[in-house]
Amino acid sequence: MPQRKDFRRPSGVSRRSVLAGGAALTSSLFAPGYLRAQDYPTSEVNTTGLAVTDETATVGILHSVTGTMAISETGSVQAEKLAIAQINALGGVLGRQLDYIQEDGASDWPTFAEKARKLLVNDRVPSVMGCWTSASRKAVLPVFEQYNGFLYYPTFYEGLEQSPNVIYMGQEATQQIIAGLDWVARTKGAETYYLLGSDYIWPRTSNKIARKHIENFLGQKVVGEEYYPLGHTQFNSVINKIRLRKPDVIYAIVVGGSNVAFYKQLKAAGIDMTSEDPVLLTISVTEDEIRGIGGENIEGAYACMKYFQSLENENNLAFVDAFKAMWGDDMVIGDVTQAAYLGPWLWKAAVEKAGSFDVDKVRAASPGIELTTAPEGYVRVHENHHLWSKTRVGRARTDGQYDVVFETADLVEPDPFPAGYQ
Amino acid sequence: MFAYSLSELGAILAMQGFAGLILFSVFVLMALGLAIIFGQMGVINMAHGEFMILGAYVTYLMSNLFGGFLPALFGAYFFISTVFAFFASGALGIFVEWALIRHLYRRPLDTLLATWAVSLILQQVYRSVFGAREVGVTIPDWMMGSLPVTDLIEVPINGLCVMALALAVSLGVWLLLFRSTWGRQVRAIKQNRVMAAAVGINTEWTDRLTFGIGCGVAGMAGSAFTMIGSTGPTAGQLYIVDTFLVVVFGGAASLLGTVASALSISQAQSIMEFFLSGSMAKVLTLLLVVTILMLRPQGLFAVRLRK
Repeated sequence: MPQRKDFRRPSGVSRRSVLAGGAALTSSLFAPGYLRAQDYPTSEVNTTGLAVTDETATVGILHSVTGTMAISETGSVQAEKLAIAQINALGGVLGRQLDYIQEDGASDWPTFAEKARKLLVNDRVPSVMGCWTSASRKAVLPVFEQYNGFLYYPTFYEGLEQSPNVIYMGQEATQQIIAGLDWVARTKGAETYYLLGSDYIWPRTSNKIARKHIENFLGQKVVGEEYYPLGHTQFNSVINKIRLRKPDVIYAIVVGGSNVAFYKQLKAAGIDMTSEDPVLLTISVTEDEIRGIGGENIEGAYACMKYFQSLENENNLAFVDAFKAMWGDDMVIGDVTQAAYLGPWLWKAAVEKAGSFDVDKVRAASPGIELTTAPEGYVRVHENHHLWSKTRVGRARTDGQYDVVFETADLVEPDPFPAGYQ
Repeated sequence: MFAYSLSELGAILAMQGFAGLILFSVFVLMALGLAIIFGQMGVINMAHGEFMILGAYVTYLMSNLFGGFLPALFGAYFFISTVFAFFASGALGIFVEWALIRHLYRRPLDTLLATWAVSLILQQVYRSVFGAREVGVTIPDWMMGSLPVTDLIEVPINGLCVMALALAVSLGVWLLLFRSTWGRQVRAIKQNRVMAAAVGINTEWTDRLTFGIGCGVAGMAGSAFTMIGSTGPTAGQLYIVDTFLVVVFGGAASLLGTVASALSISQAQSIMEFFLSGSMAKVLTLLLVVTILMLRPQGLFAVRLRK
């Protein structure tokens, strides 16, 4: 389905010329007028001793590049570095070139906390792009609140959190779940659902919201709900149960290596997702995961996200081009990678709106920050530090990309503490 | 449990029985290699999962090779890559034994730490060479899909393949251990190392070969698991706990025990998975195993040794 093309290009900069430096995006508030550092003396824009000099500002990047989570977090690191390079090509932030210090959380939550402390206390970075799992975010949260750091968190997650020291760029649960369920009930005539997930907080919270929505708001039926330990690799039993209960929709939130096993076995068991019998709707499979699963194993499944690499708008075409130019042609870009890319841009916009790098001022300036040039389209920061964004449904193709089949007409309001879903 | 009709219950039994058999085959494949190494040599090989994943990566490379250069033979590449996986993992196993394990034979706790280090090193090597992301192994079309028996019962073909492979590997290991010179030597060393050396058995080389064969079997298992699971740097970790569970529960020194324990654990788990949730089934299975091991610490089948 064609996308609405209502995205503005940054005025005065042609895409080609910017692509040379790898940039095609800027804040609408501050079209690239190339702010000069001397107009913003360091003594005024940095009153709290942050790592900001007359020439450079140093931000932190904190992700796992080793360990289990490296598989997921690598894309985020790449997107953040791309955004930083592009911002530098456009003159930096308040006339200062961005530098970064990258730390490795090593898929270990205490390490995340320790590295966060190092970035905030020793390196004095004005902002950190980082974390991926909720567990790592929960581990660094007290550190960020204690030392008044500012974290840009990219992943869609279960909600139920709102910190003055975090900007949540991913969808909280209701943004990702409700529109997708409404869509499947409306267009596929679905009435019965089988909820399935890996056994930890995100799938459980998400399925809780899904169940409430299905039962109380749609007036339909959940015929099964089931969790498997992380890393589980044998799904034949649950596939048998699904076959017996004959749900209209399998709602799957399986993550990690289990994901691959689940879809391979589903296909091998003769459950054909291309014929939509039953419809499979997931919120845990992005283009990144399909690389491991294999496009032929998941063809026909629907995913509910806010971003797909195949989105056809100028922002996204430029973003995909720049990403591949920087990191290689075989790269794929999933929902979280795109969200991570927004981090440096949102921070730049907030710093320039505040006219200061100081965390308190950046925080005060953040609500209402908007990007017209995000690859996913237009986004805006809500008072609750989450993003207004659209919800989209895509259908998996054999080549590992999604065809976008639905998007909400308007931005969906983030609601991390949804009433009626607790 | 009571919401099903009689015919459905019949289908449940048939399908779950089959799911249990697939799980059984998976367990046997995982555990055989470890049973050889742990049972015959007493080495706790924490890197077992990584040797499996080496086999999976070999399969991945072969699938690319055949897909790119020999598309006509693609339908059969899987068997060839299983053999290659055996030799690749086996060769790595022999190298690790030579470089590391042989220096630590009388220090089981040190071997545990050393093989754990090997596991971490291998994970990072895979990550550097193949990338942190999981790789997609293309499976020949004829191996995907299922055979419909009735409208409720369908038999997945890859499950059948795993079962066939498990059977072949078990048979091979049995032949090797009980019908070959090497097997006789391994068993002799196990019974009395000094005496075996005195009658002229090259114990050093036999140990090395044993370790290599154990790792090679792990590699074949890894190759088979590309059909049903993921192939990534840390995927081996998904299997290691279950593997040790099966081997310890079966009685470390006994191959028959390994098979029996794989059968009982897999059937128990797959039946409970149907009537309870997946996590609960796992908890109950582990509780059951722990209880039995408390009553019978030597495992299901113990080999009697003169002490």
